[in-house]
Formats: sequence, C-alpha cells, structure tokens
Amino acid sequence: MAMAGGCGGQGGDGDVAGPMRGDSFVLAGRTFRSRLIVGTGKYRDYGVMREALAASGAEVVTVAVRRERLVNEKGESLLDQLDLGRYTILPNTAGCFSAEDAVRVARLGRDILEQLGNSGASWVKLEVLGDRKTLLPDPVGTLEATRELVKDGFQVLAYTSDDPISAVRIKEAGAACVMPAGSPIGSGQGVLNRNNVVLCLEGLKASDAVTKRRGDEVKMLTEEIAGSDCVNSSLRHAVTAYPVIVDAGVGAASDVSIAMELGADGVLLNTAIAHAKDPVLMAHAMRHATIAGRQSYLAGRIPKKLYATASSPWEGTISYIPGE
Amino acid sequence: MTETVKIMVNGEAREVPARTSLQALIEQLGLGKAACAAEVNRELVRRGEREGRILQDGDSVELVTLVGGG
Repeated sequence: MAMAGGCGGQGGDGDVAGPMRGDSFVLAGRTFRSRLIVGTGKYRDYGVMREALAASGAEVVTVAVRRERLVNEKGESLLDQLDLGRYTILPNTAGCFSAEDAVRVARLGRDILEQLGNSGASWVKLEVLGDRKTLLPDPVGTLEATRELVKDGFQVLAYTSDDPISAVRIKEAGAACVMPAGSPIGSGQGVLNRNNVVLCLEGLKASDAVTKRRGDEVKMLTEEIAGSDCVNSSLRHAVTAYPVIVDAGVGAASDVSIAMELGADGVLLNTAIAHAKDPVLMAHAMRHATIAGRQSYLAGRIPKKLYATASSPWEGTISYIPGE
Repeated sequence: MTETVKIMVNGEAREVPARTSLQALIEQLGLGKAACAAEVNRELVRRGEREGRILQDGDSVELVTLVGGG
C-alpha cells in the first residue's frame, strides 16, 4: 500500500485512516493522532459536549479561565465532565485585550492544570484580542505576550490573524505553534483568504527549513517548496516540521477540509460543532473532514485547468465529434 | 469587636477578619477542594503559598477555575 506522509510514529486515526498510518502530528513536543482540536464552550449541556468531544476524535480540548462563582449555585463543574486522563487540556486566554492580562490568565490556567496533573499544564492557547466586535487578534499584544510566556516556560500556541508577516514574527518570538484565523471567531465564514493561509504556511515552514540547512541545500529546498512536489519524504518532513493550525471561523466540515488541503497541520474549532443542530453528528463530520483534507493534501491534487480533459478515451468513439 | 480588613474578591467588596489568610478565605468560600487558582493584586499565589499570604486592607483577590471555552 502506498504510504502517505512517511514520517515515523504510531497508529492512524482509527478505521477511517488506513493509509494514514505513520502520519502523526507533533505539537509542542508531543505526538497526537488527531489533527482536530475542539473547544468545550457553548454546548447546551455537558452530556452533548462529552459525546461530541468523543465523536470528534480530538485529543486536545480547549477551555477558558474564569472567575469562580461565589454565589452558591451548585452548578456542575466542567472539570467533573472531562476525562483528564484522555484529553490534553489547552487553556486559552480568551477575553484578554492586553498582553499583561493574557500572561496573568495563562499563569492561572497553568496553576490549575498543575494541580490536576494534566499534560496541558505548560500549554496556552494565547489570544490577545484587539476588539470585542471582531475578536480579531492584536498583533503587537500577541507578540509581547508570546515573548513573556516563552520566557516563563510556556508552550505558546498563538492565535493570530492570517497575516503572513505577523505569523513569522510570532514564530520567531518562540511560539510552539502559530494559529492563523480562517475568519473571525464563531463567524462560520470558513477560510476567507486562502492565499494568506498558504503564505502563512510557506513563511512558517520555509523559514523553519532554511534555518536548518545551508548553501545548496537551501536552494534545493526552496525550489522544492516552490514546486510543491514534495517527493522526497525526508525533505518534506523538514519543511513541514513547524506546526500551523487554522484556528477560528469554521462553519462546516468543508471549511476544515479546505484548511487541511492548503497544508495546515491541524484545525481548531468550537462553535461549528457546539451550535450545530446535531453537535454529535457534526463532530463526526469534522473528524472525517480533517482526515479527508489531510489525505487530499498528502495525495497531491491535480492542477486546475481552464478547459476539460476527457476521462474516457477519444480513440474508438463511434459518434460525430464537432470540429474534428 | 474584631478588627476587619476590606478586600475585593472577584470584583465584589468583602470584609474579613484581620489576619485572614488567602487559604482561609478560599476555604470559607467553600473552594478548599476545588481546582481553582488564586491571584492577589494581579500576582499568582500558588497553592502552597496561600496559607502564608495574609490578606491586607485593599487587597484584590481573584479566584478562578476552568470553564467551557474555545
């Protein structure tokens, strides 16, 4: 059987991913089978959330840091609903509009996960937002917070806009992963600017490769990236090492596949599952869409052409062909 | 009459007896066993340091937990 991907590692994502064996996903030094990260917000109840998380196949789930309710509401706690042995919990800094607040929230989240002994304890999904209406990231604040958190030992997974220059700056500041937005958080608009996402991927992955190689090798590598042939699997591994996740804006499964087909290493989403009419069914769809997009990317799509190319042979046709 | 100090807890004004520790406050609020993190005046106070952190007049305390989010 043809081996897609070609990097070492264990298991694929269950039955749907036979030819994907070995295509594991390394994020902040840890290896995952699933390339889909899902949020835990906005579910109508915890039962649906648990079922949807399981159906998504996700191994990393995001959470938010918020004030304890001091009025005794006897509400159920999220932490009682999540299997902490199964999921890596990725705390976010959602709701922060300054680097300073994001750093505070990241430290608070880490403190809780350290108490729980969860593997996500040193991880943070960094969000420094610029404005409440669009929830678009503040690039300057994001950069400042990344530097500060990296210094403090965090694995920073940074939410950014799809601007390729900011993306590279954030990587240079030490982020473990850069996560360009497809479109505004919760907007369901999908990947609005595919070209920018491709440029983010190129910038983040090419600079990674270039820093590792010199001289002729760099030239060869650059040509290889430009041709996007990716025949040589070791070369491919070198250019794809830095993880890039499309975070935010997904509305439907096709959006996930598009992001993965562009070459993203993973997709992070929440609302598209939580607010679907049937969240559990949508979670299944998202899981399959992630795998389909990844396989399609690795398989290598055909070029787009203006005119048709017949799939059936012309030779031997018994009909009249106009223009012949 | 017991002396008290005025503090803010999660944005609400409260009065606690003087020399109350952060740990004692957390326990009084029923959060002794909860997985929560604490900040005093915007600085994280780890679990092991809560007992020794005596609340002063004007201190601002934040007690947070993890909730659903994206």
